[in-house]
Amino acid sequence: MRYETPETAKAAAKLLLGAKGPAKILAGGTDLLVQLRSGMKPPGLVVDIKHIPAMCAIKKERGGFRIGAAVPSAEMGEHAGLGKAWPGVVEAAGLIGSTQVQGRATVAGNLCNASPAADSVPAMVAAGAVARIVGPRKRRDIPVEKIATGPGKTSLKKGELVESIFLPKRPPRSGDAYLRFIPRTEMDIAAASAGVSLTLDRKGVCIDARVALGAVGPRVILVKRAAKALIGTRLEDVMGVLAEFGDALSDYQNICAAAARPIDDKRGTKEFRTHVVGVLARRAALIAYQRAGGK
Amino acid sequence: MSSVAVSTTVNGDAVEVLCDTDETLLDVLRDRLDMTGTKEGCGTGDCGACSVMLDGRLVCSCLVLGVEAEGREVETIEGMAEGEKLHPLQQKFLEHAALQCGVCTPGFLVAAKALLEVNDDPSESEVRYWLAGNLCRCTGYDKIVRAVLDTAKDMRSA
Repeated sequence: MRYETPETAKAAAKLLLGAKGPAKILAGGTDLLVQLRSGMKPPGLVVDIKHIPAMCAIKKERGGFRIGAAVPSAEMGEHAGLGKAWPGVVEAAGLIGSTQVQGRATVAGNLCNASPAADSVPAMVAAGAVARIVGPRKRRDIPVEKIATGPGKTSLKKGELVESIFLPKRPPRSGDAYLRFIPRTEMDIAAASAGVSLTLDRKGVCIDARVALGAVGPRVILVKRAAKALIGTRLEDVMGVLAEFGDALSDYQNICAAAARPIDDKRGTKEFRTHVVGVLARRAALIAYQRAGGK
Repeated sequence: MSSVAVSTTVNGDAVEVLCDTDETLLDVLRDRLDMTGTKEGCGTGDCGACSVMLDGRLVCSCLVLGVEAEGREVETIEGMAEGEKLHPLQQKFLEHAALQCGVCTPGFLVAAKALLEVNDDPSESEVRYWLAGNLCRCTGYDKIVRAVLDTAKDMRSA
């Protein structure tokens, strides 16, 4: 196993492109080292991106935040400005593994590991985050929801890697939240999860929303219909109507549940996940609403 | 063939070690440097027995490659006591009987020390969440949590 520590993103991309056999990127290593341990044949090449300065920093950019691909989630939690702007994304990153794991794990790695249950991904999708991909020749920006194509699979081509994740500037009166269900209270993988980001007008009416569901399909699901159900409301209207009349079509919670395509496994049954993801989406929307200043 | 010479710092001492690229920092500490205070539990980042500090951040050494330690500072349980003088946490673990078989203990101590460095007055709930990645199959955790809270109290008044 060849171990390389390039100092620029381009050099990293060139190493990956030139690799004869399988090559892996090492950021926090919290997935890669577990895979190595579980008997995966060691890749011919491991490219450690932590020597690339731009990948190790959180930077303010055009009112938003650019998070380098090698920044551990603990550092995101310690960043005052980031936590204030995007509390949902930061709390999702703060749910990954233990304190020890958070000292290493990155959201770019969480994204590229492409687990359907990745905690930070629904929050980033809801946030409208954009991944900057660097290749041997050029860079391109794509929405984070376009990265994972299925469990463990990404749309990245040979020689490409994620350089950073950009969280855009938020309009005033915006808020986001992420919730997950796990069978334990800590240190577990989501059975279902939901990220919600929304913006209100001066009267507290929702004017923009994004709703993303995790662990209930082969990849994170962006539910545009659910967002539409929130827009134009003060949320309690939608929620209240549903509770009383149970109108499945207009019910935000039911729309989310209906969008879920979960499997049965040891963490939960299809039925359970379908129900719980709707509940989580509803609660996350209410938290996001409060964070946006809604009452 | 894929052996690499690594220069690093362990508990303040400069260390040179030859290791394979796919060896973990845990294996390098235990098998190459004979520092067996850091324990291996699961080897997959779930149990925290191998907790060490890497450039001031708490990590599982089983999830770090040995070669990644190049130029960085590693702190292990061996650096916690000053000679014969135990760290207050070590003393409190003894007083509270916060250990039984002892395999998880170095990891708990390293992790608890990291907590008290960033928060000198943690609540019980904060202690439990911070240490959620350290598993103990003997004590039932209560004595460990009490030992950490008691240490924090003493250290604040010191």
